[in-house]
This record gives sequence, structure tokens and C-alpha cells, in this order.
Amino acid sequence: MNKEFVKFDKVDKSYDGKTLVVKDLQLDIEEGEFVTMLGPSGSGKTTCLMMLAGFETPTHGEIYLDGKAISSIPPHKRGIGMVFQNYALFPHMTVYENLAFPLRVRKIPKDEADKKIDKALSMVSLQGFADRMPGQLSGGQQQRVAVARSLVFDPQLVLMDEPLGALDKNLRESMQYEIKHIHESIGVTVVYVTHDQSEALTMSNRIAVFNDGKVQQLSSPDELYEKPVNSFVAEFIGENNTFAGEVSDISGGKCKVKVANTEILANPISVKGKGEKTKISLRPERALINPSDKMDNIHTGKIEEVIYHGDHTRVRINLLGNNEFILKVPNSSANMDIKLGKDIKIGWNSEDARALDPK
Amino acid sequence: MSSESQQILTTDGIPLEVSLKKAERRNKIKAFLLVAPLLLFLIITYVFPIGDMLMRSVDDKMVTEMLPKTFKAMEKWNGKELPEEEVFEAFYLDFRQLVDEKREGKLSTQLNYTKNGFKSIIKKLRRKSKNFEEGNYKEQIMAVHKRWADVEYWKAIKRRAPAFTGQKYLKGMDMYKNENGEIVSVEEDRRIHRILWLRTLEIAFFVTLFCFLMAYPIAHLLATLPMKYSNLLMICVLLPFWTSLLVRTASWMILLQQQGVVNDLFVGIGLVADDARPQMMYNKTGTYVAMTQILLPFMVLPLYSVMKTISPSLMRAGKSLGGTPIVAFWKVYFPLTIPGIGAGCLLCFILAIGYYITPALVGGASGTLISNQIAFHMKSTLDWSFASAMGLMLLSGVLAIYWVYNKLVGIDNIKLG
Repeated sequence: MNKEFVKFDKVDKSYDGKTLVVKDLQLDIEEGEFVTMLGPSGSGKTTCLMMLAGFETPTHGEIYLDGKAISSIPPHKRGIGMVFQNYALFPHMTVYENLAFPLRVRKIPKDEADKKIDKALSMVSLQGFADRMPGQLSGGQQQRVAVARSLVFDPQLVLMDEPLGALDKNLRESMQYEIKHIHESIGVTVVYVTHDQSEALTMSNRIAVFNDGKVQQLSSPDELYEKPVNSFVAEFIGENNTFAGEVSDISGGKCKVKVANTEILANPISVKGKGEKTKISLRPERALINPSDKMDNIHTGKIEEVIYHGDHTRVRINLLGNNEFILKVPNSSANMDIKLGKDIKIGWNSEDARALDPK
Repeated sequence: MSSESQQILTTDGIPLEVSLKKAERRNKIKAFLLVAPLLLFLIITYVFPIGDMLMRSVDDKMVTEMLPKTFKAMEKWNGKELPEEEVFEAFYLDFRQLVDEKREGKLSTQLNYTKNGFKSIIKKLRRKSKNFEEGNYKEQIMAVHKRWADVEYWKAIKRRAPAFTGQKYLKGMDMYKNENGEIVSVEEDRRIHRILWLRTLEIAFFVTLFCFLMAYPIAHLLATLPMKYSNLLMICVLLPFWTSLLVRTASWMILLQQQGVVNDLFVGIGLVADDARPQMMYNKTGTYVAMTQILLPFMVLPLYSVMKTISPSLMRAGKSLGGTPIVAFWKVYFPLTIPGIGAGCLLCFILAIGYYITPALVGGASGTLISNQIAFHMKSTLDWSFASAMGLMLLSGVLAIYWVYNKLVGIDNIKLG
């Protein structure tokens, strides 16, 4: 497998000559991989996708596809499939004609094209819809046609620009699985752009978290969630409890951080020495009530709010000056004494409390 | 289960349909009252005049009313040989009446339209008829002039019997009904109306074509530019709308005349010699240039409103799927603009076909249209019925184009914005 199937090499992009939308982007995508570009709006992720598709040119740097520099190749010669945000189905053509378009411009004979179209339609379970107009289809069906159209000419790379943004929640989730399965079954390389983190976590092999024109972290979903490398990623992905403080001691793979007159033991990720400001990130599910004595952080807080969620209960606690400390307590008979206003003991392992940049 | 057997009732037992109608009646009345002034206005200013025009164009009551007894007597006449005494007697009585009212001059003019030669024999008849004796009018009238004994002249009178006539329409097509009632064309060198109709169609067609060719890129630019530039450009497109039509046409006259700006420019860059300045005004060229400029906004606006709705991602999709920019444009973008093209072309063509001021000012002899001919008959010859007939022919032509367009493209596909 080609490790550098898609390669962004020191790519900058500016629209107005004053500000950089994408800054010094360095990104390698492996062949057959499903990589998601995740980030808030305006973080530069869509711009990257557009540069890859050929609709925008890099201001500086080069993009390589399968070893070839592609900046000077026009979009229609790149052979990259693309699924657009609002499907971009041709409204005056039937589903069949939409799918036939990329084959016709490639001068593929009709019988071969028909086979490919049948295959693509069955892949998205839309057999029998060939003669419909896009306007006669539901949003989900249109989305499937768009996916089928981007795959029908067997591209090596498919780009998807927030393709599920316009669908409702249930449909979005089922489409996520469907796209994931299609990717797994045909092994095409997919670059997917979204601002929805659960979508990114569900579908991707690797996720590139964008902020401020830069890739903050590029890693697998579990690593991204468990081991964020900076405060932005920690806060952007999933729920997060934070404590701002100052490092008072650092030794043996652990550090002490002074927070509200108490010291918390933490895992030093981006702090190097004493006196540095830091922000500690702790996932809600890593903090427990009624902790065992083995845990090296045990503190007492006051319950401010209890919200029943069925399978779990969310508890907001005032802990060490942080009024927004969230705990997720699994629904079990042992945890019935959570009452508003009560003091409660909370503990966690220092390994899970990651001391990151102060931001 | 049939739907009739299941009449749904409200809780009061009134059928639901009745109840619904009652509830909506007030809104319907309100809505009607709101549009009523406009409806009244349209009826007064549009339906009545067109109805009047239609009546005027076929009206031929004048002779019918002048010779009521004659036409009554002629009903029994076979129309081949000379009529019987009773027709002559009736004609004499009608004629005396007209002479008493001093209207026989009008009769002679009208009959002369139908057949040359009536003027003198009617004059003569007026003089002689004072001394007619009672009885045997046939002999006495035939004795006035030998033409009164010619059956062709009596046939000509009979042709004027109907109160309505289509001859103005025939005249508009350079045709007429000859003595035998056959429809024939006028001589070749007198066919001015056919030339005008064809020229009107030709100019309308080419003006529409030029408008389309120029408006398409402008509309595309308008639809794709960022807002701040597109607004400015839109003002430039609309600016002519805010200037009087007469002023615009006059400025074209300044530009296009032989010593005008455009000719000076041509001479200046050496395109033409100073003593061979092309004539660009008072001919078709002038009409084309000025009308294209004036009708351009009518093409730009419908195109723009359609192009504005086409998502730029469609062109991108076309390209990303492997279509060259030209293929993507031709297969994706262009078909989606057809509703706008249809609306713009129909609008331009219909406006062009009835254009008046501009061709009148810059058209000269070879650049005038049928509307100028209509105006000529309204103002100069005062043949209003002929002007009405041509007006209605123009209107039916436009309706025919509309009908053809509806068959070809479908009127539902038109989009004006």
C-alpha cells in the first residue's frame, strides 16, 4: 500500500493575500484509508478538500496524488470522485443519466456503462430508481445517488464534503454506517470533511482535527479521544473537564499542578518544567464516585445539578473551584445516593488527567 | 367503500364540504374585492378597446345602411344577369333618400373602393334622377349611363351588402377579392405589406438572437460575481430602463449618423475611408443596433433570475466527474438555464415584433416595421379599420408564437424571476 497516496506538502492558502486560511499543511493519506478532516467552520478543512479536488489552487506548496504533483492538473483530469454538501445532482437528468454522466465523458461503451451503473445503484440499494428524477427522491435517496455517482467511474480517491449535513439525525446515522461499509467493501481512499465529531469518530480510520488553518492532531479515533495532544483537541472531541493551574513539581512521568490551593497529580503531556501554566483535561467517564483507595487523586465536591438520562445520570459538581465538573454515573442500584447539595468524593488516576497547554 | 357513501358531517350535522365552503366564502369575497379594481381597469382599458378594434376591423355597415331597400330587393336576385325592375326601383328610392340627405358622395366613394368607375356614373345619376318619372326605373337608370346596364357594377353593389367584411385583413396580406369573389394577390410590385410582415419577423428574430448572445454572458457574470460587484453591474444593466426611450433612441442617432461618433472612430482607426463612411442609420442596421440595446435588459433579467438559482456546485460536480468545462457547461449549466432563455426570448421577440418608436426614428425606409405602417394608417390615411385589422393580425401572430412556444417548451417552464 502506498503510504503517501495523497500528500499535502507545506501547503498554504490565502484568499485575500492578508490572512492564511491554511497554514503550512503537512498531511499524508494512505491508500485505502478513510481520513476525516474535522474542525469548526472556518478552520480550513473545506478549503483543503477544494484544493485536492482542484477547485482552489494552493498559494504555496504542492499536493501530490499517487506521487504526481497535481496543482497544475484541472479538476476534470484528476479523476477524483466527489460528493457535495447539497448532493449537486443534476436536476434535469434522471438518476441513470446522472450516473452515466462520468462514464459518457470517459467514452465508456453503453453496455459496460450500464453494468457499472447497475453495480453502483445496487451498492447503495437503489435498484429500480434509475428512471426517477432527483426531485422525486427523498433527501437520503438523493444522497445515495450522489455517493453512487462519485463511485461509478471507479475513482481511486473520493472526496466527501459534509455529505450528510442536510439529513435528519436517524438517517444521518444509518448513512454513516452505509458509507463506512461501502468504503470497506471496495477499498477506495476517502477524504471526508465534517464538523460533526461523532460522525468522524464513527466512520474514520484516522481523523485530522483542523483549527485555525492547521492540523492540530492526526490520529485514529480512539487515540484522538483518549490521548488528545492539546487543549483544543481535548475540548473539541467529546466531553471534557478542565482545571487551569500551574505546575509546581514534575518528576517520574507525573506532575503536580496547583489548582485552587490544592494539588492535583497529572500526566505531563505538553508541560516541561516547574512554574508553567497548564490546563488539565479529564474525560467525565474517567472520574468515579466512591473511588477506591488505589486512585492517586481523590477530592471532595458538592453536587450542583443532577440530570437523569436513562442509562446514566449526569451530575454537575463544584470541584476545586470548577463549577462545571461533569460526571457520568452509570445507572446501577449502588449509585442511588446522589442527591442535590450533597458532598461527594470523586477520584481518578493521574494518568488520565492530561496536563496540556494552557491555550 | 365508495367515497359518496361516506359523507363526512361536522358535529352540527352539516356536511363538511358545505361547512368548508361557508368558512372560506368570506375570504374569497375579500380576495375578489382586492383584485376587483384591477379587473375593472383591465376590462375598461384592455378588453373593450380590443373588442372595439375587432369590430372596427370587420365593420362594413356604411353601405349596408345607405342602401337598405336595394339589398333587400337583391336577396331574390340570382346575381348573374341584370337584376329585375324591383331592384332598380329600390335602388332609386334609396338613392333619392341619400340625395335628399346629401350623402350620395359618400356612397360613390365607398362603391368606388369596390369597383372603379362608380364616381362618375353616380354623379350623372344624381343629375338625371331629378327628372325621373314614376315607374320603369330600370329603363330610366340604364339610360343614364351604359355602365348602369353592365351587370358587373350591380355585382359590385351586391358585394357591399354584408355588414361585415374581411377585406381589410386580405389587404393586410396584400390580397383582395376580385369580381368573381376569388381571393387573389395584388400585383408583385404593390405587395408592401408582405414585405413588412417578413421584415418585422426577421428583425424581431435577429434582435432576439443578438440580445440572447449578449445577455447570456452578462447574466452569468451577474449571477456569479460577489454581491458588491454584481449590484453595480445590475445598475448598469438597468440604467437604460431609467432613461426615456426617446432619449436613448436619439442618442443612438447621434452615435450612428454618418458624421457621428462611431463613424469618426472607424475613420480614426483606419477601418473605413473618410469619404466612404458607411450608412448605419435610417436602415436595418440602425434598427438592429438600437433595438438590441433597448431590449437587452428584458433578456438579462429572466436569465439572471434563473442563473441565480443554479448552485455553483453543479458545475463543480460536472467537472469533478470528468467533464471538461465546455462539456460541464453544455450538459449541466445550459439545460438548466433554458427556462430563462425561453422567457427572455419570448419577451424580447414579442416586444420587438410590435416595436414602434425606435424603428420610426432610426429605421428609415428599409428599417421600418409593421407597427409603423399601422401608425401611418391611423394618423395619415385615417383608415382606422385597416389599422385595426393589422393590429389584430399582429396580436394573433403573437398569440400564435405563444402557442407554438407552449407546445415546444411548455409555458410552465418559463421563469421570469
